[in-house]
Amino acid sequence: MVSKKQERAMSKESILNAIRKVKPEKVELPEIPDFHRESSGTLADFIKTVEGVGSKVVLEKELKDINQAVQNLFPAATIIASPLEKVQSTIDLKKIQSPHELEKVDVAVLKAQLGVAENGALWLSEQDLGIRVLPFITQHLIILLDSTTLVNTMHEAYQKIRIDEAGFGLFIAGPSKTADIEQSLVIGAQGARSLTIFIKPSESN
Amino acid sequence: MSQHAQKAAEFITNQERMKWHDESLWFVRTKRDKATHGIPEWEQLRELGSQIKNHTLSNLDQYLEEFEKNALQNGVQVHWAANAAEHNRIVHEILARQEVQRIVKSKSMLTEECGLNEFLTEKGIEVVDTDLGERIIQLREEPPSHIVMPAIHLKKEEIGELFHQKLNTEKGASDPKYLTESARQHLREKFLSAQAALTGVNFAIAETGGVVVCTNEGNADMGVHLCPVQIHSMGIEKVLPKAEHLGVFTRLLARSATGQPITIFTSHYHRPKPEGEMHIIIVDNGRTAQLGREDFRNSLKCIRCGACMNTCPIYRRSGGHSYGYTVPGPIGSILTPGIDLKKYSDLPFASTLCGSCSDVCPVKINIHEQLYRWRQIISEEGHLPSSKKQGMRIAARVLSKSTTYKFGGKMARWALRAFPRFFIYNRLNVWGKNRELPEAPKQSFQEWYQKNRKEP
Ligand code: SF4
Repeated sequence: MVSKKQERAMSKESILNAIRKVKPEKVELPEIPDFHRESSGTLADFIKTVEGVGSKVVLEKELKDINQAVQNLFPAATIIASPLEKVQSTIDLKKIQSPHELEKVDVAVLKAQLGVAENGALWLSEQDLGIRVLPFITQHLIILLDSTTLVNTMHEAYQKIRIDEAGFGLFIAGPSKTADIEQSLVIGAQGARSLTIFIKPSESN
Repeated sequence: MSQHAQKAAEFITNQERMKWHDESLWFVRTKRDKATHGIPEWEQLRELGSQIKNHTLSNLDQYLEEFEKNALQNGVQVHWAANAAEHNRIVHEILARQEVQRIVKSKSMLTEECGLNEFLTEKGIEVVDTDLGERIIQLREEPPSHIVMPAIHLKKEEIGELFHQKLNTEKGASDPKYLTESARQHLREKFLSAQAALTGVNFAIAETGGVVVCTNEGNADMGVHLCPVQIHSMGIEKVLPKAEHLGVFTRLLARSATGQPITIFTSHYHRPKPEGEMHIIIVDNGRTAQLGREDFRNSLKCIRCGACMNTCPIYRRSGGHSYGYTVPGPIGSILTPGIDLKKYSDLPFASTLCGSCSDVCPVKINIHEQLYRWRQIISEEGHLPSSKKQGMRIAARVLSKSTTYKFGGKMARWALRAFPRFFIYNRLNVWGKNRELPEAPKQSFQEWYQKNRKEP
């Protein structure tokens, strides 16, 4: 009798062999050209895009103190979670045993590694999240972005990041949303209900 | 009447609803157009997408092996399934080992194709679909009618009534905001009490051994990060060589699907969470057979954006359920005959061959040409739906003689102008159903050309 394990190995071999038998003649892998565009206006583009998908933008020069800003935005928040030292968290993420303990988080404050002007996406990886589920389970999300990290397109973004630098990484491009009921856009589906981006302008601004 | 024609006929009996359905999808199509017009290199991106996929298919065995090797190194458990039954069995074994009683799922057309929900339910495991549209149709116990917008065929009042019965919302309430909020509360509870999460896969990266999942709701991640066990089911065609190729596909996917610049969440999973388990199941289920069909293999390039459905004049007016398969619309109509030629022999005819699907496809699949090719095969093998046979016979005779063709054309143009509408839209002419014919020109192109051609 063949064991399940052997059967699996057989499936692997049979699939690969089937492919080898019928796969098309070799096609060359195309080069991705440099789509780099004029970088002027990048920050303006970025802000336009993210506001277009329902995120809020706050320029950091307008806020003196980050904790005060969080407080002003969400005065009713009782549980604030952040892996960032400068943010006053009400819970210590290092002491969390199970992701379920984050069930009641009101606001999470995170920092993105980079932002993409063409679509407003922000890259964060596991170490930027503290706990993987945090940006989803929280009711509201604040992400800090240094505008010097902005790139124009996804091509540039994938050149800069390493998608496997941690076990998990993601692009976030707005608050969670759905249009599954008659195509009406509703913000706040299963993930965070709002996204606010605190932008630190580059020195020259 | 063929199956599709019959179901489509039912769909169009409610004219108002059909018009609404048609317009909802056309709205999505126009959003797609707007989004693509903002990208000067759009056509170049489509060509790149197409070529990267062609290249990958021509080395599919190597990329899958490379993918497996790297995934194993990342601490992921990799499984191979030759068919749907094996896929379902593997999922069940993983769940049984951890004594999982409830599993949360995000959108996966592959598991629909495999009938996983029914299989697990029979084994006593509770399966909860967590994409809002999917949850709606799961509660209604019906299949999705669209691959990106599973509940696009439903009115908010129907969803309101459904939620009233199943989720205890207020009677008569149909505000999408209110209904979405109720679903959010309901699903939170499910996420927090599930022990395993399963997702589909948009892209798998050979170079890094990880998978990428795109959602707007954040439901895939809520499940994956809360549950100790995460499972990702993927067809063999989902693999891409390198991370840099994601740059091309993330730019194409959401713009084509809904007109968004990118999905809200683009999640890259590479290693299990601390003390968690991560599984990837690589599934064939007929895909290697499709790879072997030279005329049809490039249907495997599909990234499931749904653009071909939104643009299709037949899909928009007949609804996804009329196709009788998980993936409806133009792409479904070229995938299904490869699965069961006889059963789905009418689907390649559910098209006007206008070519709009091929025009919008982000990976340049020649969908309408493949539809035509399937028609030829179906007719050669004698599976032609009977309603098509008579017309085809006449067409064959007419088209084989150029004089009858020209005369026939003249007659038709004259008839279009001379006869009242009733004559064309009578019940004997099935083609006239829900089609408005263009005004007939007085001259054929040939006549016009003859008259206007300047002598050299
Ligand atoms: S065939 Fe092309 S347009 Fe249709 S779903 Fe697939 S990728 Fe999208």
